[in-house]
Amino acid sequence: MNDPASNIRRLIDHYRTMARIRAFEETALAAHKAGEIPGPLHVSIGQEAVATGVCFNLRGADRLTSNHRGHGHAIAKGADPARMMAELFGRATGYCGGKGGSMHIADFSVGMLGANGVVAGGIAIACGAAQGLKLQKSDAIVTCMFGDGAVNRGPFLEGLNWAALYRLPVLFVCEDNGVAAFTRADSVTAGPGPLARAQACGVPAEAVDGNDVIAVDAIIGSAVANIRRGDGPRFVHAKTYRLMGHTSTDAAAWRDADEVSAAHKRDPLIRLAALLLERGIGSDALAGIAAEAQAEMAGARADARVAPWPEPAAAYNDVQDVGAVAWPK
Amino acid sequence: MAEVTLIEAGRLAALQEMRRDPTVWVLGEDVARGGLWGQYKGFLEEFGADRALSTPISESTIMGAGLGAALVGTRPIIEMRIFDFVMCAMDELTNQIAKIRYMFGGQARPALVVRMPHGMWRNSAAQHSQMLEAWFAHLPGVIVVTPSTAEDTAGLLVQAIRSDDPVLFFDPKDLFGVRGDVAEQIEPIPFGVARRVAEGDVATVVSWSAGMPVATEGAKMLAAEGIKVDLLDLRTIWPWDQDAVIASVKKTGRLLVVHEAVEVSGFGAEIIARVFDEVGTNILKAAKRLAAPRIPIPFSPPLEAEVRATPEKVVNAVKGLIAL
Repeated sequence: MNDPASNIRRLIDHYRTMARIRAFEETALAAHKAGEIPGPLHVSIGQEAVATGVCFNLRGADRLTSNHRGHGHAIAKGADPARMMAELFGRATGYCGGKGGSMHIADFSVGMLGANGVVAGGIAIACGAAQGLKLQKSDAIVTCMFGDGAVNRGPFLEGLNWAALYRLPVLFVCEDNGVAAFTRADSVTAGPGPLARAQACGVPAEAVDGNDVIAVDAIIGSAVANIRRGDGPRFVHAKTYRLMGHTSTDAAAWRDADEVSAAHKRDPLIRLAALLLERGIGSDALAGIAAEAQAEMAGARADARVAPWPEPAAAYNDVQDVGAVAWPK
Repeated sequence: MAEVTLIEAGRLAALQEMRRDPTVWVLGEDVARGGLWGQYKGFLEEFGADRALSTPISESTIMGAGLGAALVGTRPIIEMRIFDFVMCAMDELTNQIAKIRYMFGGQARPALVVRMPHGMWRNSAAQHSQMLEAWFAHLPGVIVVTPSTAEDTAGLLVQAIRSDDPVLFFDPKDLFGVRGDVAEQIEPIPFGVARRVAEGDVATVVSWSAGMPVATEGAKMLAAEGIKVDLLDLRTIWPWDQDAVIASVKKTGRLLVVHEAVEVSGFGAEIIARVFDEVGTNILKAAKRLAAPRIPIPFSPPLEAEVRATPEKVVNAVKGLIAL
């Protein structure tokens, strides 16, 4: 495995992916504030290095399950931001034809098996997907993204035990942004935390600075290599920070201002930009990447605004083949 | 054609389908040992540990892993051991399986079967005896199968395994020993087609699952008195055979629904309401439910017996309907 830090093109790729996720989230937030996006919206601003460093190590056929804060995961796995934005807008051109919205974005064509509105909801699904792939003699692996809140749900214990028991090709990534909704995760998590819990289930586990994309890339690279070799599941605990509130309407004002401003200094995009500048990449080039990302997402927003709404009759599609019903005529 | 028990009929159906389709597999507790009820006896030997997967007691993950495996193209049979344990997997069933196709705009097809042996059986008490099939008829996205015979168990399980919709299959525990003829090649029975068990024009009696033997015995007692009822086994409660029930009610004008589950908000209420919507008071002159009082299932034999519908109660209910 190459040392990710030594490969400048790879770092620029990371920067571009992170800039695209950031731009998507900022654009979605603005659209939500403008009343263009209905419903709850959970953005991942500040957490882009985790999605980027993880998905860089995945192949197209590899599957991914995600959570309610999953836009970044989808983009990094290769989903089309324009179709994602259209879905957030509830339009017919969205990934789910407007049936899912932000919390249910899926793109099976790139292995993205879906975000999930239930904390820890993707863990069992990831285990089963890995089991199904194994039954079909596939060499694809499954990555399961979840947050710090998920480690306190029963399916976390069940799923880790299960994956270890059957030596399934699952990469568990606990994307720990420090807050479970409105409550500090460490104030509701007893004992030494996620890493120890994974190890107790027999899943080799490592921690990483989730705001350092190079470190995430490196640790995931070696975990994925182990999984592909048939060594069974791996667990990575990526510590990051949720710069915004739980939802778009939450200012998270309960947090100490000093804490938040210190966190902004650890912003993964700022850190990678500083490194790239050190390596001789011009600030113009970085600004160009950021501007391109902003323009892409502005285009996605503009397209979504004028995209058609779903026909009301579409509400009755894809319920079930047998036994679906509509309003009586 | 062989005469076998209901539980063996289910075993033969699953066996046939796993031989036919290598993407079909089963997961659940003690599956490698043949399952709690012997419904997977011999599967480990024939299909190996990966296709006859014995799992930890982890209901959430049994259910959720079945879904995940369906999302990548396999067709799992998810064995819940006893229906009541599905409560530990309700997120995976109701929030994920039932609506994943819909939420994702048709990208996902969870072709899976959840088998849930349900109902009262030998004084198993409140957490091992429930009949909550009506909950799931209320849940968009799933098929609800409730057979009462060996033949129907075989044919409906084949249909369920081949279905692209998620199917909740309620194996009737109390009827596991009833016998019936199962063909060497089991043909699928379509969902939503009722079976007429007795023919008559005085009243329509509708039931399913463990309610059926009670209703059947009651119908025989009535026939002995010269009162002939039309008796229909719905076999599946979602979809259910509205056409057959309505056609029968048009003939009889009276409707009794018998179910082992609690009467309040039970599926009998839905059936009567729907029939009334369709035919009105000119045709539906009287309707009743015969179903359990709204109490948990007690343990002690005389207490459990108190909760059960009986043929005598069926007789009285039909006579009451006729008198109305």
